[in-house]
Amino acid sequence: MTKTRILFGLQLAFTLLVAAFLIVPAILSMVAGVTVNYFRGIRSGVTLHWIGQVWELYADTIGRSFEIALATLLVTLVIGVPAAYALHTRGGRFSRIVEEIITLPIAIPGLAIALALILTYGGIGGFRRSWLFILVGHVIFTLPFMVRAVMAVFATIDVKTLDESAASLGASPWRRFRDVIVPNARPGILAGALMVVTLSLGEFNLTWMLHTPLTKTLPVGLADSYASMRLEIASAYTLIFFVMIIPLLVAMQWIGAGAGLMPGKKS
Amino acid sequence: MTGAKGVSVHLQSCSKTFPDGTRALEPVSLDVACGETLVFLGPSGCGKTTTLRIIAGLEQPDDGGRVLFDGEDVTHLPIERRNVGMVFQSYALFPNMTVADNIGYSLKIRGASRAERTTRIAELVTLTGIGGLENRSIDQLSGGQRQRVALARAVAMRPRVLLLDEPLTALDASLRERLRAELNRLLRSLGITAVYVTHDQAEAMALGDRIVVMRNGAIAQIGTPREIYFEPASRFIAEFVGAANILEATAADGFLALRGGRLAIGGDGKNARGNVVAMVRPEAIALVAPEGASLTGRLETASFVGDRLRLTVAGVSERPLSIDAPNTVSARPGDLVGLLIDPNAIRLFPGERS
Repeated sequence: MTKTRILFGLQLAFTLLVAAFLIVPAILSMVAGVTVNYFRGIRSGVTLHWIGQVWELYADTIGRSFEIALATLLVTLVIGVPAAYALHTRGGRFSRIVEEIITLPIAIPGLAIALALILTYGGIGGFRRSWLFILVGHVIFTLPFMVRAVMAVFATIDVKTLDESAASLGASPWRRFRDVIVPNARPGILAGALMVVTLSLGEFNLTWMLHTPLTKTLPVGLADSYASMRLEIASAYTLIFFVMIIPLLVAMQWIGAGAGLMPGKKS
Repeated sequence: MTGAKGVSVHLQSCSKTFPDGTRALEPVSLDVACGETLVFLGPSGCGKTTTLRIIAGLEQPDDGGRVLFDGEDVTHLPIERRNVGMVFQSYALFPNMTVADNIGYSLKIRGASRAERTTRIAELVTLTGIGGLENRSIDQLSGGQRQRVALARAVAMRPRVLLLDEPLTALDASLRERLRAELNRLLRSLGITAVYVTHDQAEAMALGDRIVVMRNGAIAQIGTPREIYFEPASRFIAEFVGAANILEATAADGFLALRGGRLAIGGDGKNARGNVVAMVRPEAIALVAPEGASLTGRLETASFVGDRLRLTVAGVSERPLSIDAPNTVSARPGDLVGLLIDPNAIRLFPGERS
């Protein structure tokens, strides 16, 4: 009895230690963002001054990040959902090859993708200088997440037979897609959408290479502020990022749990 | 009653080879008469579902094959323009719609007004006995209710042909039997042309005006349930449809020479000579007193199954003979029994060997 209790105590202590190891830096960083002088510690006082300053310096990067994230979402929805539908219903070797190609960007370093984009399209000045250049990178990187999430749901609802039955009732391919496929793929589409938005908001590797001084995103601005500003400003910036991203992560968890219930609900 | 009417269906040398080279269906030609229920029966992988999917328009036959509805060539018409109703084994009801929306979906697509839809849905829920469930979602339904919704949905737009792909297979045995009777009544009252696929021979017998027995991608026999049962074209069909005793014996002078005696052959088999394969159904064999019987054997097992007595008798032919006797017969294992078989109940399969 006591032996199991000691064992449990040790396990708990170890878990807490690991959790603390991971969480404390994040908390310290956020606390630093509201501290008057980080080197004198929290006793120097608490202020929103740094946050105000970040807003002044980097508000455009925050806005741009959201713009790009939403545009990325739009493009991945328009391409990803029909792609998942086609890949799932067609099946076969060709579909698997396409799926692999779509998934490849997850494994390739962002820097390599960015380099390839710059080599190929960098010469088109207007495109290179606009935020659309970053958008392309983000779409390449996030598309597999959308396609995978939607295909996962398709795999649980036998979408092929649903499609065939809608067809037997007279529905055209577009009608089937709208009335039957999309509504039943909703949990996957939502999960994919949140994933795409969070990934796009936090994307640094690709964006670092693709951005120009006029097309900085939030994570790029963050790196910039760490390199060239007071530590408190960079930390305040981190704090803003957290406040933005955490609700999204929570929503993702929540919807993920809902989607997990789907197969059970179906039976 | 609901005004649904069917067309005749004609398949003209429809074969199917899948992209990987496997041949799912040898060239098949057949006719389904207007208002007829045709059942495709066979073990899995025999090509019955492929044939159904070709009629539906979910598969294209290989080049040269044609599908005609009332003489109109629909071979290249996609399923959504063929106006066929289809019931799937998994029902494939739309989980995002209510029962009523599922049933009314085909009408909505055809631009029927809300009032028209409501009337027709009310008609169909009464017809299929699911009144009161209109506003339920699909995952609140039992298996039997889902089956009825699937059927109501498939006939809502008065299809030219109703196609049913193992519609009762997903249900448990007692429910299956009840729904089979309901389905039968419904198909008759609708007067619709129906093509039904199943691997269950009892279902095929009960529902089919005619049965198409399939094997290895080809038609083994087409006929009414009686023809298939009493005059099976091959040993495979005899054994697949109902229970059959297969006798391998030598025939001469209108008799089969068996270990347990002689057996008179009637009909076409009378003139058979040499080694033959014959078939007799268990219920066509009667028990008689062994004295003076031309065929005798020893009773091996006797099991009482309520409506009849199922017996096996050894020593008559190579394998024990199974017999269905009336439940009033009393016999004990070990008894010597005489057997009486109507000569016309013996069917020979010329050209078949063990």
